[in-house]
Amino acid sequence: MAKRAAPEVNAGSMADIAFLLLIFFLVTTTIETDTGINRKLPPVDDNQEDVIIKQKNIFTVNINRNDDLLVEDERMKLKDLRAAAVKFLDNGGDGTCNYCNGKKDPSSSDNPDKAIISLKNDRETSYKMFVAVTNELVAAYNDLRNARAKSLYGKSFIEMQADYDNVNWVGNKTKLKEKLEKIKEEYPIKLSEVQ
Amino acid sequence: MGKFNKKKGGELPAISTASLPDIVFMLLFFFMVATVMRENTLMIKNDLPYADQVEKLDKKDLVMYIYAGKPSDAYKNLGTETKIQLNDKFADVSEIAAFIASERASKREELVPFLTTALKVDKDANMGTIMDIKQELRKVNALKINYTTKKGDVFSH
Repeated sequence: MAKRAAPEVNAGSMADIAFLLLIFFLVTTTIETDTGINRKLPPVDDNQEDVIIKQKNIFTVNINRNDDLLVEDERMKLKDLRAAAVKFLDNGGDGTCNYCNGKKDPSSSDNPDKAIISLKNDRETSYKMFVAVTNELVAAYNDLRNARAKSLYGKSFIEMQADYDNVNWVGNKTKLKEKLEKIKEEYPIKLSEVQ
Repeated sequence: MGKFNKKKGGELPAISTASLPDIVFMLLFFFMVATVMRENTLMIKNDLPYADQVEKLDKKDLVMYIYAGKPSDAYKNLGTETKIQLNDKFADVSEIAAFIASERASKREELVPFLTTALKVDKDANMGTIMDIKQELRKVNALKINYTTKKGDVFSH
């Protein structure tokens, strides 16, 4: 008897099945955005002590209901905000900040540790504008940290942080953490969102 | 010569579709890997704003999501005011405290301090609602927040 060949299974409908699955996954899933700007809210204090902050150490940023930007009571364009914030933070007016590259203008902030950016907004402000302004202010801090990290360790702060989070990075993580902490201390993020 | 007569039909041979399933499967696997299952059905518009100073939210299970935005077209009868959505339904600002409490209760106790609240807010929303949310989060001591944004340049959008 001749060997009977096994009959070929018809795979013509395989594509249909795969398409069905594909369409199911297309409909039920989303490409999730999992990036964003991290911020920390201030805790609610019952016994609020009035800390007196010198006016020159506060950088007021106000967004009004028409999404206009007012910086230190003067209108400013969004693209100029980052430079203005950097200038304010990096001023080093009292001379205690030996790593600052600012103008040491006595009428501006004393040092990065004392400098506070106060962000105010109206209830009618659009979220888009708020995020854009927050982004620029965080960028100002990141720029300063990057520049400082570059001059100290030859690598930007963001890169160092990426290294720290990278599991495959070979190197001394405790040392890296110390470096990161040092830079964070030199340029602390003091960005208050006034309620 | 009968042997050569066959070619005279002139019909084009059928294109083999045998590799079609492979192509579709490839697409299928791509989507299975690159996407996640929708957790909540959004009842609001949720077009996130752009920012470039973004950090990644690494631990997905330690994130609580609060959505806000104007009601989507299907819920137009609810007006055009910015609304908050928790899980699968519209919520009032006062319900945030209970929502955070229930999220915390569902996590292991030692993980509670690492919980982050991700605010997924539509770019056309009003800040008034966000301020209310932030105030409410401060009251329940959920201080780590994340303004979820798409990655992109602020000025070009």
